[in-house]
Amino acid sequence: MAKQDENGAPAIEVSDVWAGYGRQAALEGVTFSIEPGCLAGLVGPNGSGKSTLLRVILGLHKPWRGAVHSFGEPAGQQRGRIGYMPQSELVDWSFPVTGLDVVLMGRYGRIGLLRKPSRRDREIALEALERVRMADRAQRRISDLSGGEQRRVLIARALAQEANVLLLDEPFAGLDASAQHDLLGLFDDLQGAGRTLFVATHDLSCVASAFDHAVFLNRKVIAFGRLPQVFTEEILNETFERHLLLVNVEGKVYAAHR
Amino acid sequence: MPPIDEALDILTEPYASEFMRRALIAAALVSVVAAVVGSFIVLKGMTFVGDAIPHASFGGVAVAFVLGANLQLGGAIAALLAALAVGFITRRGFVRHDTAIGIILLAGFALGILIVSRQSGYTVDLFSFVFGNVLAVTWTDVWIIVGLGGLILAVIGLFYKELLFTAYDPNMAAAAGVPVAIIHYALLALVGLTVVIGLQVMGIVLVLAVLVAPAATAQLLARSLPGMMAIGSLVGVASALSGLYIAWYADVSASAAIVLVSTGIFLVAFLLAPDHGLLRSQGPAIEDVAAD
Repeated sequence: MAKQDENGAPAIEVSDVWAGYGRQAALEGVTFSIEPGCLAGLVGPNGSGKSTLLRVILGLHKPWRGAVHSFGEPAGQQRGRIGYMPQSELVDWSFPVTGLDVVLMGRYGRIGLLRKPSRRDREIALEALERVRMADRAQRRISDLSGGEQRRVLIARALAQEANVLLLDEPFAGLDASAQHDLLGLFDDLQGAGRTLFVATHDLSCVASAFDHAVFLNRKVIAFGRLPQVFTEEILNETFERHLLLVNVEGKVYAAHR
Repeated sequence: MPPIDEALDILTEPYASEFMRRALIAAALVSVVAAVVGSFIVLKGMTFVGDAIPHASFGGVAVAFVLGANLQLGGAIAALLAALAVGFITRRGFVRHDTAIGIILLAGFALGILIVSRQSGYTVDLFSFVFGNVLAVTWTDVWIIVGLGGLILAVIGLFYKELLFTAYDPNMAAAAGVPVAIIHYALLALVGLTVVIGLQVMGIVLVLAVLVAPAATAQLLARSLPGMMAIGSLVGVASALSGLYIAWYADVSASAAIVLVSTGIFLVAFLLAPDHGLLRSQGPAIEDVAAD
């Protein structure tokens, strides 16, 4: 498998997680692990429990049973070490804050109550914006940024948090091809710097072309592991409960309806 | 008399009386606090909460009236209870939030009306809570406003970054370790306290206006949250000052005049704001059509 962290534990380890809302189960006995330094996809249809799973890993949703560990420690106890980029539609883009304000929020958990962000916190926030190539637009109001730029700001916030593990919920949704391409380039940089990325997405072609691991989820884990081994028609059809056809064009894999 | 002196007279005459000066101080202080708290209300879409808490507090005012207790204290306790009830419901999500908040509003207000309907005596005190009577504020009232208003602003100053983060993105704030549940209740309690100091000036029916109208105007003009709070405060104070002039010279309700001035300022900003104004933002679009 991929390279190990110093303590040898996976970046994310989900063991027999059951979770849901009311009596409705969203996750049924989910078990998988993701090694440090991976770019891993979380693939599944609408309502397959992807967002719930990310919320459980973050400690925002309490599972009925089961456990989540990150680098060997219970995930709920390491607030701040796991970064999160929510679905873009859940973010209030009309809020009167600048990109820098949003990235600084990534520091708030570390700063603690009753204290103001220090100069060092601002430096870290600006470095994070630099990393996602948004430093020149740090003082713009977030409502004035493009969709791709807005997502870069959210990723910079996770970086400012000094998170080793980044969970991203549908980062490609609504982006045009070139913004998607830029975002994948950024993922590559971050992965190169040793960060683990776990990305919930519908975009099978992106996963097939750029990701090295994937978890196929439809309330249960259908399969997980390395690409391209787990990226088979059989697994896709079981995940999406329909017949998909994989088309290989000049070494790139696309999923199509049969 | 030279015209300048005459104009000056028109401006100074109302404030020659102590009760008018007191009214201005009270209304201006309440406006500043309400604009700061109101910025969160406007940004979080909590306007209905800002309406429900004052209405529900009427039940507490009426209970205090029957018991012969301090009316303001009764209103304050009911406002805080209503704020906590709203917080509990919005965090648990048994029913739609607006439905639950509406029921809290109705229960408290109906309790007040029920109690008042049993009173055969003169209940002018109770009705000053419904419609507000800024001209009747005492120095004690002003000191209560200074004390509670100072407390509200101090809490917002101390927990500004947590309030900002939770208002902007509660999920991420929770994931980053911000105690969002406490912040959620604290913000509602601050709204409750602001309602308490606003009731004397504006009354149950109109207190929502000082919470929402200046902050909504400021949202159209400001580029940051502190800027929004500052512009909202200015709009609030300007509305209080001009509303009191109108009340003095036209002999009309002061709280209603203040509200109409602030909604008038909102309308102007809505039409003319540089970035978001209705007339400004449609201008280029119409030109584009003409060019086609």
